[in-house]
Amino acid sequence: MAIQSSNKSKIIYTLLAWSISAAIFFPIFWTLLTSFKTEAEAISASPSLFMFDWTLENYQDVLARSPYFEHFWNSVVISLGSSLIGLLIAIPAAWSMAFVQTKRTKNLLMWMLSTKMLPPVGVLIPIYLLFRDFDLLDTKLGLVIVMTLINLPIMVWMLYTYFREIPNEILEASRMDGASIKAEIFHVLLPIALPGIASTLLLNVILAWNEAFWTLILTAANAAPLTAFIASYSSPEGLFYAKLSAASAMAIAPILILGWFSQKQLVRGLTFGAVK
Amino acid sequence: MGSITLKQVTKSFDEVNVIKPLDLEIRDGEFIVFVGPSGCGKSTLLRMIAGLEDTTSGNIEIDGQDATSTPPAKRGLAMVFQSYALYPHMSVRNNIAFPLKRAKVPPAEIEEKIASAARILNLGDYLDRKPGQLSGGQRQRVAIGRAIVRQPSAFLFDEPLSNLDASLRVNMRLEISELHKSLKTTMIYVTHDQVEAMTMADRIAVFNAGVIEQVGTPLELYQYPVNRFVAGFIGSPKMNFIELDTPQEDGATCLGVRPEHIEITESGGLWQGKVGVVEHLGSETFLHVQVEGADTLTVKANGDCALRYGDDVYLGAQPNKILRFDSQGQTIANG
Repeated sequence: MAIQSSNKSKIIYTLLAWSISAAIFFPIFWTLLTSFKTEAEAISASPSLFMFDWTLENYQDVLARSPYFEHFWNSVVISLGSSLIGLLIAIPAAWSMAFVQTKRTKNLLMWMLSTKMLPPVGVLIPIYLLFRDFDLLDTKLGLVIVMTLINLPIMVWMLYTYFREIPNEILEASRMDGASIKAEIFHVLLPIALPGIASTLLLNVILAWNEAFWTLILTAANAAPLTAFIASYSSPEGLFYAKLSAASAMAIAPILILGWFSQKQLVRGLTFGAVK
Repeated sequence: MGSITLKQVTKSFDEVNVIKPLDLEIRDGEFIVFVGPSGCGKSTLLRMIAGLEDTTSGNIEIDGQDATSTPPAKRGLAMVFQSYALYPHMSVRNNIAFPLKRAKVPPAEIEEKIASAARILNLGDYLDRKPGQLSGGQRQRVAIGRAIVRQPSAFLFDEPLSNLDASLRVNMRLEISELHKSLKTTMIYVTHDQVEAMTMADRIAVFNAGVIEQVGTPLELYQYPVNRFVAGFIGSPKMNFIELDTPQEDGATCLGVRPEHIEITESGGLWQGKVGVVEHLGSETFLHVQVEGADTLTVKANGDCALRYGDDVYLGAQPNKILRFDSQGQTIANG
């Protein structure tokens, strides 16, 4: 009886998981399909799932109309740049919070996290004015700075969680063995925490790649990443669903591929510390 | 050289005094064991000597030099941790080489020292393995190897055997004792296991609630404990305590007698009781005797003791084997 009911619940949960995954994936799937339709089929009142005239003309149009590779390069520079600089700041911060704790460490961590709860629009005007005054509008440097600051709390939190998993005694042993703080971090802490650091980097690359609010506001042409490239297809001329879908597919493809290959690492990284 | 002197050393965490003002002289080359129940401050004091914890007040001198605020690496001490604290991403060879590399020892000399440590600790076959591929005992040996290559002036052991199973613990205990005999380096060893303390130590310091109750050789502590705490902590099974309803002439309110000093007689003795649980260990037998007007007394008898549950017995002891404690728990000297 018990086995039967546990099998039953297994089937129910599996079905539930598949349905939720399908629901989440459906918009992406539909976008991909639409990108291969003509504009007329894309807005058809009775859309067909597979029975349409497959065409690559949307992709050709998009590539002809916009400098896709420039946007792609901007996305790479902004997401990778901000994630790497973020790591440089977050690693020492997380090290001190994890291993040199004071009474206020927890409060500091909570305060850092609370900045993520603030709607970004709340700081829109000051940041915009600062960018204008420092000539950072529509520059990759400006976006790297903003993305670094936005994602820093998440990076510190993630690294803090990984570092807490490392027994303090190992670092103390290295101190007894004559390691300076630099040697302790580079020879002991970082190699042990490498999986956690890698998943922090990956997640932040993805977050920065997908960030749209600041990129749309702070860039125009020179530094516009792929998010701005997609947005340019919802223009005053009207919505061209098929082209918009082709642009979206091209914008998300690189990060989707990266995510696919690193999913094992990402899942391990995100559940790290949850189960001891 | 490896003498360590603690002068009025204290440690407080916020308002809690973990170590109360404490003096201790650790002689060069001696094996001293800090023993006491959990939370008595023994590990904290070891970490203070190592430099891993700050000293709230007082001084720590190593070889006559004040080292109170010297960083851990500069104290010339090596520590072996309870969890071994090996570097999981490095091979055994690199674990042992780590302190030498930090000290910028030439590579040829490093190789030589690794080989010598591996020989002493039987690690030759494992040098290229990672700690994760080793058993508990092997890991502990690597941790000791990492400590000995530095040729420290003293070794600090923080409950190094508590993660090992019982039989391995006995072996490692012997190995550490042998290591001490061959290296003749000062060793400070923290444990809560009084058997380890008794078997390994030249001298034992018994800790209780942040103070040292008594320092002495294992036999001194066994024979002449200064108070009830030390008397109860040293010796296995524990000393029996018999509370007295009315104080004796010398002020004794409690008597203490070790299980091995109680004699079983068939006719007349100090106490009369009924045998409770009988534990046969082969070489010896422990009887738990319910004594009238007192608690249960543990008695150590021969291995072939034939007494059984429910038997009536008389118990006695040589007067000079009975310790007397005053109302403060201090031992009253035999007069």
